Amino acid sequence: MPDLLIELFSEEIPARMQAKAREDLKKLVTDGLVEAGLTYASVGVFSTPRRLTLSIDGLSPESRPVREERKGPRADAPPAALEGFLRSTGLTLDQLERREDKKGGVTLFAILEKPGRKAPEIIAEVLETTIRTFPWPKSMRWGSGNLRWVRPLHSILCLLIDEAGAQIVPLSVDGIRATNTTEGHRFLSPNRFAVTSFDDYAVKLKRAHVVLDSAERDAAIWQGAQNLAFAAGWQVVEDKALLSEIAGLVEWPVPLMGRIGEEFLHLPPEVLQTSMKEHQKFFSVKNPRTGRIEGFITVANTETADHGATILKGNQKVLSARLSDARFFWEKDLRVAREGMDEWLDGLKSVTFHNKLGSQHARIERIATLAQQIAHLVDADPALAKEAALIAKADLRSAMVGEFPELQGLMGMYYAKAAGLPEAVANAARDHYSPLGPTDTVPSDPVSVAVALADKIDTLTGFWAIDEKPTGSKDPFALRRAALGVIRLVLGNSIRLALRGLLVSHLKAINNTDYLREAVANAENIRSGRNVALVEMATLLDSIADGPNKVAISTIVNDRRNEVREANDRLSKLRNELSVAEARGLEVPSDLLSFFHDRLKVFLKDQGIRHDLIDACLAMPGNDDLTLLVKRAEALAVFLKTEDGPNLLQGFKRANTILTQAEQKDGVEYSYGADIKFAETPEERDLFLKLDMAEATIAPAVAREDFNEAMWAMSALRAPIDAFFNAVQINTDNSVVRRNRLNLLHRIRAICSGVADLTKIEG
Amino acid sequence: MTATALLPPRSFQEILLRLQSYWAAQGCAILQPYDMEVGAGTFHPATTLRSLGTKPWAAAYVQPSRRPTDGRYGENPNRLQHYYQYQVIIKPSPPNLQELYLGSLKAIGLDPLLHDIRFVEDDWESPTLGAWGLGWEIWCDGMEVSQFTYFQQVGGHDCRPVSGELTYGLERLAMYVLGIDHVMTMPFNDPQSPIALTYGDIFLQTEEEYSRHNFDGADTAQLLRHFEDAEAECQRLLDFPPDDPKSGKRIIMAHPAYDQTIKASHLFNLLDARGVISVTERQAYIGRVRALAKKCADAFRLTEAGKDAEVTS
Repeated sequence: MPDLLIELFSEEIPARMQAKAREDLKKLVTDGLVEAGLTYASVGVFSTPRRLTLSIDGLSPESRPVREERKGPRADAPPAALEGFLRSTGLTLDQLERREDKKGGVTLFAILEKPGRKAPEIIAEVLETTIRTFPWPKSMRWGSGNLRWVRPLHSILCLLIDEAGAQIVPLSVDGIRATNTTEGHRFLSPNRFAVTSFDDYAVKLKRAHVVLDSAERDAAIWQGAQNLAFAAGWQVVEDKALLSEIAGLVEWPVPLMGRIGEEFLHLPPEVLQTSMKEHQKFFSVKNPRTGRIEGFITVANTETADHGATILKGNQKVLSARLSDARFFWEKDLRVAREGMDEWLDGLKSVTFHNKLGSQHARIERIATLAQQIAHLVDADPALAKEAALIAKADLRSAMVGEFPELQGLMGMYYAKAAGLPEAVANAARDHYSPLGPTDTVPSDPVSVAVALADKIDTLTGFWAIDEKPTGSKDPFALRRAALGVIRLVLGNSIRLALRGLLVSHLKAINNTDYLREAVANAENIRSGRNVALVEMATLLDSIADGPNKVAISTIVNDRRNEVREANDRLSKLRNELSVAEARGLEVPSDLLSFFHDRLKVFLKDQGIRHDLIDACLAMPGNDDLTLLVKRAEALAVFLKTEDGPNLLQGFKRANTILTQAEQKDGVEYSYGADIKFAETPEERDLFLKLDMAEATIAPAVAREDFNEAMWAMSALRAPIDAFFNAVQINTDNSVVRRNRLNLLHRIRAICSGVADLTKIEG
Repeated sequence: MTATALLPPRSFQEILLRLQSYWAAQGCAILQPYDMEVGAGTFHPATTLRSLGTKPWAAAYVQPSRRPTDGRYGENPNRLQHYYQYQVIIKPSPPNLQELYLGSLKAIGLDPLLHDIRFVEDDWESPTLGAWGLGWEIWCDGMEVSQFTYFQQVGGHDCRPVSGELTYGLERLAMYVLGIDHVMTMPFNDPQSPIALTYGDIFLQTEEEYSRHNFDGADTAQLLRHFEDAEAECQRLLDFPPDDPKSGKRIIMAHPAYDQTIKASHLFNLLDARGVISVTERQAYIGRVRALAKKCADAFRLTEAGKDAEVTS
């Protein structure tokens, strides 16, 4: 069985695109080959900044012939149908087979014979299609050609290797003819060379200073970096994303370690790390004795005669320039922070959060009030929560966050400490954006929790108030993430709070009408000013005699009149907007609560709790208390995993169905209460007894929120309900007995429904 | 390559001169700077307009560039409101453009066998020119020394064929090659010259003057008026009928109109530096300049230099 080797050699492929490109190349080529009737044993795919390589072992030398029979129209079908069939099969009428069908008519059949094809022919076809349709996130043209690739494609290596040796698969894409050659490292081994197999290719590449496998480069970089650090008694700070990015930037990785200038070591470690990573793709190196970041590792793409001395010196210099900037920002910021951050807090007044929601400052005031309110519910000191909320976003105006937005919050913590604020306040500044994703750590310090919740609830209610809800895949204000954040904060800290009331009261506080009220007042002023001007001019017009002046002035009067009309229009438009906004501010956000519930379902689904169980609990009172809701759902999930659970559910559903049908038919609700004296069988009497017992347990258990107890009591009903259904018939001729039994079913429904709405559960 | 190329350059101007002779040797027409205030070498009509149409083109030039918001009164070690870009534009982009570029680094004393030269993804976009392309920023030992772009679209027109564009930030590159920490201390001419001049001797005072001008001096009301004027003038020039009654020739005033686009763009930059343009207005102004650039590109495409060659089969 032959082996196939393909290499697409181009100018530098962006690092972030390489992993997906490998998968796409593998999939497109192997799918194409298989679809064309070839099989293969195994496949490997590789990338460097300048090449994508695919190696397939054990490829079949040719595809098997295929005979396909296709049924066409009847012989007497309209000509259009016949023509269509001929076109789609590429045959002529006399090539079709005529077969009699059961109805005595004649149906036409096309027999399509596809002969087996040689592998090279198929490979050439598949590879050309792959190149022409490759799904790069961004692609380009170059020179005078029409081909698109991520960057100019320079050569194609395509070899089919069997016992007889390696042969080039004849193939040409936009003038690039496939060969058996490739190039090594751009600077260290610039000459082209020929290869005869994958092994030969990999060995020669390595000799030509190219490590083909990105995993091998990853490992070499990491190992090399650790060795350098170890020799100095230091430790490399692990960063997987950076590692794989660097591996996509180099063909011949050579880690070099340097020392950060003494004058920068007092900077916060996160600042050093972010600056080095973002600007220069350096690893940070920690000195375990001091606990500080004191070194860096850069990964060069080449070996030099001076063992990287020039490279390291250059990198060090660039780093110093960058860190000088960072130090400048840090020192400038500290001065502001030590003065209480007033400059930043003032500055936030002029920063618009959203043009319909006012300034950042206004938003912070709202969050502070809300955080104070929430503080009572999460055992936080309300005064601290308020203080924390008021300064938590001050760092947005700092120079450092201006340069590195990803340090927001964290810088806030440093600056709050510099301002001499309490630890809890500083931590809240750091943590109030958290959690950001489904796996991010959830803050647990009460002050942080209060501010984090207030921040997110303000975002959600705010955008809800101005009707900027997420739709489909569009969620420009990350409201889904905010809702998930609330959910995780509440559940993670077992917080008991009634979300509905909080949302309603905050929606009122959002008061997005201030800016409109101000605009209305402005427009009123403008209008009265223009009115005065109009009256003046009109008076003047009346007072002068006819003549050219009179004509000129009457034009002006007309202009003034138009201006007044314009001012009037604007005023009424603003007033209208104001009244709409005011009305909206008071609406109960029922769909905001369901938005939370939807996010909760998604979140719990990942935790293995089915959405229908949530639905069953959502129908119960207190459904805006997420902790309670989940407690109930979890108990229900456990219950349904017991043997009794699903059986009880069946019994409940049976009772409910019979009862509902009867109620619909009879037009009454059987809620009069069943009387044991009309019970005819022991099973029936037993059910009365067990229902009494269950009821006595369930109601208080639910009141105590001991849902496990309630579920356990409910599961005790399984056997008596089953026995009851086996022993009696509900719809008997005796109408008194029938009514009594229906009333008994009603008790089953009522008691079970006190635990959860079991009708919502599937199965 | 001449013997001097093997020695390290000693001044800012030597680096510039070496780039000039290198690209001249590669067959580029060495143009002079465009005689208007521009934000980057790309604005030179030799790049924007000439990257349109099918006519082959190869040019290199130094372009003084002005970024009013970058003024730091000459105090920042490498930030200037007036600086030099070196620009190379070749259409169609030759297959060995990367090698040609690396040759230019060698010419100014950056030997790729001693340094770490990297092509790091960086896609280029100019919202004011309605232009974009794919390419890289080129790193030398961790420092960005050039931009390398394959133009895909300019003025809203697809580039066919594609031009390859190289932009060197000359001060920064020279500081690196010469080992200088503050731009103002960089030797401009040979430090052994009878009258040796530093970059600061020539530009420190103007940086101060223009910083004050850009941030406080420029008359914003007048700038706004000039912006409107340039916009109107651009349109007016393009509205002329193509046939010129005086010469009897077909003369579309694409370049004069484009000059007005350049003006509008610079005026916008000044207004931006004066801080009188809000975030929302900013987008609107950029859109207005882009609309002009597009119209000029449309007009240029109808001229001799910008049209597509007849397809000969």
